[in-house]
Amino acid sequence: MSVLIAILTLLLIVAVIVVIGAPLRRSRRARASDDAPAPARAALEAAREAKYREIRDTELDYRTGKLSPQDYERLDSSLWAEALEILDRLAALNGQRAPRSDAPER
Amino acid sequence: MAPLGRACLLLALAVCAYGIGASLYGVRGGRADFRDSGRRAMYALAGILAVAFAVLEVAFLRNDFTFNTVADTSSRTTPALYRAAAVWSSQEGSLLLWALLLSLWSSLALFLVRRRMREVAAYATAVLLGLAGFFVVLMLVYATPFATTHPAPAEGAGLDPLLRFPTMVIHPPMLYSGYTLCTIPLAFGIGALLARRVDADWTRIIRRFAIAAWLLLGAGIVLGARWSYAELGWGGYWGWDAVENASLMPWLTGTALLHSLMIQEKRGMLKVWNMSLVLATGTLAVMGTFLVRSGILNSIHAFGGATLGVPFVVLIGVLIASSIYLVVSRAKMLRSEHRLESLLSRESIFLANNLVLVGLCFVIFWGTYFPLISEALSGRESSVGPPWFDRYTVPLALALVLLSGIGPVIAWRRATLANARRNFTGPALLALLALGALLVAGVQHKPLALAMFCCAAFVLGCIGQEFVRGTRARRAIAGEPVPVALLALVRRNRRRYGGYIVHIGMAVLFVGVAASSSFQHASELGLSPGQSSRVGGYTVRYVRPTATITPRQDAAHTGSTLSLGAVLDVSKRGRHVATLRPSQGYYDSGESAQGSVGHLIGGQPVSHISMSAGLTRDVWTAIAPDISSPSLQRIVSAGNRTLPPDEGLIAIAYLARSYLRSPPPAQFHLIVSPLVMWIWIGALTVFGGGLIAIWPVPSALRRAESVPSRALPSGELAQA
Repeated sequence: MSVLIAILTLLLIVAVIVVIGAPLRRSRRARASDDAPAPARAALEAAREAKYREIRDTELDYRTGKLSPQDYERLDSSLWAEALEILDRLAALNGQRAPRSDAPER
Repeated sequence: MAPLGRACLLLALAVCAYGIGASLYGVRGGRADFRDSGRRAMYALAGILAVAFAVLEVAFLRNDFTFNTVADTSSRTTPALYRAAAVWSSQEGSLLLWALLLSLWSSLALFLVRRRMREVAAYATAVLLGLAGFFVVLMLVYATPFATTHPAPAEGAGLDPLLRFPTMVIHPPMLYSGYTLCTIPLAFGIGALLARRVDADWTRIIRRFAIAAWLLLGAGIVLGARWSYAELGWGGYWGWDAVENASLMPWLTGTALLHSLMIQEKRGMLKVWNMSLVLATGTLAVMGTFLVRSGILNSIHAFGGATLGVPFVVLIGVLIASSIYLVVSRAKMLRSEHRLESLLSRESIFLANNLVLVGLCFVIFWGTYFPLISEALSGRESSVGPPWFDRYTVPLALALVLLSGIGPVIAWRRATLANARRNFTGPALLALLALGALLVAGVQHKPLALAMFCCAAFVLGCIGQEFVRGTRARRAIAGEPVPVALLALVRRNRRRYGGYIVHIGMAVLFVGVAASSSFQHASELGLSPGQSSRVGGYTVRYVRPTATITPRQDAAHTGSTLSLGAVLDVSKRGRHVATLRPSQGYYDSGESAQGSVGHLIGGQPVSHISMSAGLTRDVWTAIAPDISSPSLQRIVSAGNRTLPPDEGLIAIAYLARSYLRSPPPAQFHLIVSPLVMWIWIGALTVFGGGLIAIWPVPSALRRAESVPSRALPSGELAQA
């Protein structure tokens, strides 16, 4: 029994080393490349998604009678302006002119 | 296999230490490989603890009494299902379950964010591994699940009979899942403050984990309430027990967080408040764990003789101090981007809702911890009971329900009076209609219950109106039939309509709580066979006694040696309503000093209730048979004197026959409660809504929705 336990423990240790050591065995080049988006870009992308959702929510609020046409127009305009500002900042971050391919059309 | 379990714990500690170091080195030194290695340390920890847990579980199932914890909390007569669940009935086993669930949920969370927020995730990994390491140290130093005794005792003490119920199998893991999930936003909160990143990406990540924690903690709380009501013998679902309260507090702050996070997401406001809620929710979850393990409570929920108070106080102190320091030192980063535009807006309603929820949490915190602190300082036992809690929580609950109706129908940023009038007229009329109907029905003598019913009617009106208008808007655009339009509306706006369904569920749940606590009829009385009693308009007749012997024949399948009960006939105005069979189980105490017969029934007797549950009312019954009568006690005494230890059941069989032949009067607890079922239906609705809100949007739909409708060529309201 004790031999079996020793073997199982050793196997467990080997498995742990394999799992946590895998990233350290990657080549230097692979280590350098980080596939995570840069923090600023990720934050702006998340802000863009949130703004799009807010625009849709506002439209739904209007359709379900929570906003008057005047309030909706005012709010909608300011939300679009905020969304475009985020898109501009994203474009600047990417070193491009403002990409409006996925931008909402007015 | 105990050495393997101990080796697992040592290895787990080493992995925690390595993972913390690797994560911190990775994030401070900009080394992605070490950050990844640190994250994988969490996966490895989950695997190691799963092996350790499997070792302990097998020991329980195989009745391996060389394990001290198995001998203390299980026995051969404990049914297999409860032997499996007995692992977490002990201090040691529950610590292992906590650490395992923490590592599993953390692994899932870290896997989901492995390509996002690398710095924040690395700090969060270190925090989560630190918490897991704390629990592993507790298991290595204070309460090891793998301590053994040789030679093993022939029989274990058995699982506490109060815990031998099906809900017991699922309630603790669900509650622990909720607690451990609460620590994930905490870790990501600390990570965000350390990495100085509290942006929209962080909000998006934290929200999903916060909903998951809220859902599972809520499920654990409701399962506990259900266990209390349907399986324990006192007839209530909530007793303001300190441990119940401890689980409710993080749920309340979590609920507040889910609402105020929306304000941060949309308006960039309340960052300090949200961060404080994240940190408070995680810390309150750890405090809930502290309460049951510190030895300061005498409760069915607490682990007797627990001595883990000091380490937990240190951990909680570190969490609170570091949270305050981080929030204060990062105050500049947490400044709001906008200000509140109008008091008549959804933001201000959410803010009010937050204040009410935190107020509720504060009241419960005060009522739970102040008596404990006072007792610790003065040495005098003190506690506050349900009336104290009710005095403060009922008005706050009323305000909460009312706000849950107002919030969904008021616009973000600024609502006008004209729109408010348009949106609130229908629901307000419905509430007035409900008030009139209830007054006609004669319930004016319970004003608080009446107010709750009206508030709930208002909420149902508001949410119903939202569904109707949303479906109508969807139909106007897509021309779909009503059911299709309704489904499409919910599917395309899961967060919004999932949340609305949660509000409906809460309103239904509160109606059930108000009705069952205000209009309950209860009676405790002694009855002999043939006698009857009236309670809440029902006639309950004691038809005949029942008795079963040996754990195998126990009708409730809980492994009792002797079970004595009754067959009750319930009728109303002469019409049969239900036949109920409450019983009480008597268990082996394992103490030979009680004699060869006495020990077989010398354990703690446990009531097995019987009820007829319905949509409008529950008839609930419990029995306390009298086995102290001289004729029955003579059988026990004679058996103790004359029978060898392995033949004690002969006397128990004779005792059961005597009880059936000439039953003494039994004490009955009879309760008729209206609308209790609404509590469970409301809870199920809440969880259904929560699941809809958290369910991932299919990637195709997400892509289609990532661009607002006006960007679509058709210009249609695609998501309405």
